[in-house]
Amino acid sequence: MTTLPTRRDEAFRYADLAALEPLWPVSVQDIHVAAGEQGALAVILDGANDAARDIAITLEDGAEFDLRVLNAGSGYGRVAVTVTLGKAAKFHLGAAQIAGGDQTVEIVTQVTHAEPDAVSTQVVRSVLGGHATGTYLGKVAVARGAIGTDGSQSIRAMLLDRTATANARPELEIYADDVKCAHGCAVGELDPQSLFYLAQRGLPPAEAKKLMLQAFIAEAFVGAADEEALTETALKALEAML
Amino acid sequence: MLNIENLSATIADKQILKGLSLTINAGEIHAIMGPNGAGKSTLGYTLGGRPGYEVTGGTATLDGVDLFDLEPHERAAAGLFLGFQYPVEIPGVSFVQFLRESANAQRKARGEAPLSGGEFLKLAKEKAALLRMDMDMLKRPVNVGFSGGEKKRAEMVQMGILDPKLAILDETDSGLDIDALRICGEGINAIMRKADKAVLLITHYQRLLDYVKPDFVHVLAGGRIVRTGGPELALELEEHGYEAVAA
Repeated sequence: MTTLPTRRDEAFRYADLAALEPLWPVSVQDIHVAAGEQGALAVILDGANDAARDIAITLEDGAEFDLRVLNAGSGYGRVAVTVTLGKAAKFHLGAAQIAGGDQTVEIVTQVTHAEPDAVSTQVVRSVLGGHATGTYLGKVAVARGAIGTDGSQSIRAMLLDRTATANARPELEIYADDVKCAHGCAVGELDPQSLFYLAQRGLPPAEAKKLMLQAFIAEAFVGAADEEALTETALKALEAML
Repeated sequence: MLNIENLSATIADKQILKGLSLTINAGEIHAIMGPNGAGKSTLGYTLGGRPGYEVTGGTATLDGVDLFDLEPHERAAAGLFLGFQYPVEIPGVSFVQFLRESANAQRKARGEAPLSGGEFLKLAKEKAALLRMDMDMLKRPVNVGFSGGEKKRAEMVQMGILDPKLAILDETDSGLDIDALRICGEGINAIMRKADKAVLLITHYQRLLDYVKPDFVHVLAGGRIVRTGGPELALELEEHGYEAVAA
């Protein structure tokens, strides 16, 4: 695609097109994992500039890939991921988005189970304050004959202000029988009871929120090779926002 | 230490406390008893500053400091500890991390040096042992998967670590079996029965008072204190019921 997309393109419906224009066209980063091999990648957007990434991952039979995303820069941040899974391949996405001000952040995934018995899991946690917009658009497509597929999407967003917006659209497109696909999606606010409990023990409001948000975000980074670095960078972004 | 004068408070525009006055001096243990809906828990939450509890009249000072001028975390740093009737579960946040940060936030507010990791763990171990609580439980997320009794013992461990001047303990005895009741009672005595500290026990029953002997017992009914006496008043209540005694 060389022309700038419009909002009519489903994958760009909530994008910050003005911020995207100078970045366009976004070159695709191709990743190919051979049969039985394993790969991992951590994408961290934490700079001051607008950023967009487009990643295409092909997993051959029995290949595994662990992708972690921290979308926490101070401008527009977009991470698009297209994954094709071979027979009994495994893909995991653990992603966190942190945004405040007028920022737009988004994660757009298309995961195709092309062959039988592949497993994909996606965990996305967004923390949104101010007038920020955080979006997850994720489609899991199960091809004809891809029986034994196991695909799951767990999408949660925490709004720190009523003026922030979370969009979440987990989507399933299934052309095979005998598949297991689950998706869960929730948008909420920090529990005021818990915040009072923490405050009563002496934690100032910003510290109490940070502690709870840290736990929320941590779900995206559990088991990552660079779990500590990801968590630390996420914490800094949270601190900057609170 | 705690001086409450003519306190009135509402929840969602419903008047719960109606001119409550109470003075607690350092070194004293007071018990507030009363029927359901009398306003006992409301008193604790109002003093702690829980959102939704609105003070509509009166004052409350802790060592001369106006509590209602302070945010909840500032009241904690000023020395107020509230033991919850239903301690909140917070998934993903470990007790150890939360308590160390809380203790150090309080110390910072008071201009004291923070506890190092080692100092904190030593303190936590000591207080956990006092309440016969396994240290491993404090590495778990706050109250998650704890039984009712474990939650209450964990509240007392927190009190021991945070070392408040005044503890308001809201039905610490509810949900406790006989052994846990004794352990909690002994914990309260060990931590708070001191010349420079004070306790306000909110309870329905005499049984906790067998372990933590109060100096004063008050009957709260209809949003104010209707009777005050010594420990014998609790026994009288147990025998005759609130209706007869408060009338």
